[in-house]
Amino acid sequence: MKPFTYERAESPAAAAKAAALTKGARFIAGGTNLLDLMKLEIEQPTHLIDVGRLPMAAIAPTPEGGLTIGAAATNTAVAAHADVRARYPVLSQAILAGGSPQLRNKASVGGNLLQRTRCAYFYDASKPCNKRAPGSGCGALEGLNRNAAIFGASQACIATHTSDMAVALAALNARVETISPSGDTRSIPLTDLHRLPGDMPHVETVLVPGELITAVTLPPPPVGGQAYRKVRDRASYAGGLASVAVAGGDLALGMVALKPWRAAGAERALRAGASPAEAMAAELEGASPRGRNDFKIPLVARLATAAIHEANGRGA
Amino acid sequence: MRTTITVNGEARSLDLDPRTTLLDALREHLKLTGAKKGCDHGQCGACTVLVNGVRINACLSLAVMHDGDEVISIEGVGTPDRLHPVQVAFLNQDAFQCGYCTPGQICSTLGLLAELEAGHPSQETAPGAKPEFTGDEIRERMSGNICRCSAYPQIVAAIRQAAEQMA
Ligand SMILES: Cc1cc2nc3c(=O)[nH]c(=O)nc-3n(C[C@H](O)[C@H](O)[C@H](O)COP(=O)(O)OP(=O)(O)OC[C@H]3O[C@@H](n4cnc5c(N)ncnc54)[C@H](O)[C@@H]3O)c2cc1C
Ligand code: SF4
Ligand code: FES
Ligand code: FES
Repeated sequence: MKPFTYERAESPAAAAKAAALTKGARFIAGGTNLLDLMKLEIEQPTHLIDVGRLPMAAIAPTPEGGLTIGAAATNTAVAAHADVRARYPVLSQAILAGGSPQLRNKASVGGNLLQRTRCAYFYDASKPCNKRAPGSGCGALEGLNRNAAIFGASQACIATHTSDMAVALAALNARVETISPSGDTRSIPLTDLHRLPGDMPHVETVLVPGELITAVTLPPPPVGGQAYRKVRDRASYAGGLASVAVAGGDLALGMVALKPWRAAGAERALRAGASPAEAMAAELEGASPRGRNDFKIPLVARLATAAIHEANGRGA
Repeated sequence: MRTTITVNGEARSLDLDPRTTLLDALREHLKLTGAKKGCDHGQCGACTVLVNGVRINACLSLAVMHDGDEVISIEGVGTPDRLHPVQVAFLNQDAFQCGYCTPGQICSTLGLLAELEAGHPSQETAPGAKPEFTGDEIRERMSGNICRCSAYPQIVAAIRQAAEQMA
């Protein structure tokens, strides 16, 4: 690990301000992703601003009938929260499908959203990777890319975003609340937070330097059932190959793109009266697999079809 | 950086490089070598300790992040002449071979029991239901602790025994 200095932030505004003051400063919440990468020197922050204890861990109803979830709330706290379990079960299920209890006890909402890809070439500093070292090439392009994206990839990067939680939040039409170093606040649709790779895969989100996520806001739950399904190489404690979140008529896919993928084509087809299988076939017409990950097409089709049926069964 | 952590009931003040993980603070600075470094990347659970009663991976946390916290490592769970019921159960059920993962398994068990008590769901819990104490629940909730010797059936048996004795 490279040397760095450390401070505990006093308030969200102070944290954002401090981040703009020091070049190379980063926020740290649970540390479960950042420290993993710092040990490998893939991340080399010069200064850490600890936001894990800021008073932004509350989970509370909104006047509109939704729910606001503080960015420092742990994944465990969100998954176990009575309102989340009762009204947004897809969110609880998605979180519980990720990592291990120990990791979820530490991982925060903000850190989970901004976790970096688990592409094996990104993790291996001896390999080219445009995300880690812009311009060096993409090791995964012609490499072992079984887990590569099937939607929204580019010649520069074919990695996926691997958060389970973000897939449920995308289906639930969540918004991300932030504060900037200037003190300005804004609210971003979750589906706009992450960028597709294009020719700048190292620019991962629309956040400006020093912009702190303070909360995630959920609108009132949709009419209809909810379900989350994930396929991985072992039954627990493993990153996904594909996942799907259903919330009423809204649908998001995980581990198929560099962001949680709203299946807008499938949603439209469902609204027009298509069967779940037909709707998924329509969505997957837009997919571009790369050989080793061809299996994701039938996998996602079957997984999402099953999840839509499951949600419909619950919503009835 | 000056950091004070209450470890196994005793306040310990350390002057640490901010890079020191909680695991290295315990093992290298306090010479509490019970918590093990299996992978150092959150992938095995051998470093599991309780922080303010909650189980975490000590390898993926900086010690300076724990200023003011209360940490329990295996050394604070029981002693050879005053074993904790979970330790007794692991012995009775032969829940290890080499023992390398065992301190993490035992601390993780304590965390698991507290989480079940609090009604926290797992992916094995039916939506909206209160979690039950089943084999599937135990296996899922212990999936963050890898055992290279594969003592898993005995570990599940030990957790069942401990829960019965502590009830
Ligand atoms: C072995 C292992 C298995 C895993 N398996 C899964 C899995 O199956 N599914 C899954 O979804 N995840 C998985 N994860 C990832 C895990 O969910 C993330 O590490 C965790 O959610 C990150 O949260 P954190 O609070 O620890 O983030 P940190 O490591 O503290 O931070 C991560 C990033 O977010 C930034 N950040 C943190 N908080 C804020 C904020 N409030 N505003 C702006 N920026 C912020 C940090 O600067 C950093 O860049 C796994 C991790 C490990 C180690
Ligand atoms: S897919 Fe993206 S993250 Fe993986 S090696 Fe290529 S550029 Fe890097
Ligand atoms: S040493 Fe911490 S999880 Fe393996
Ligand atoms: S007893 Fe050897 S690793 Fe578990």
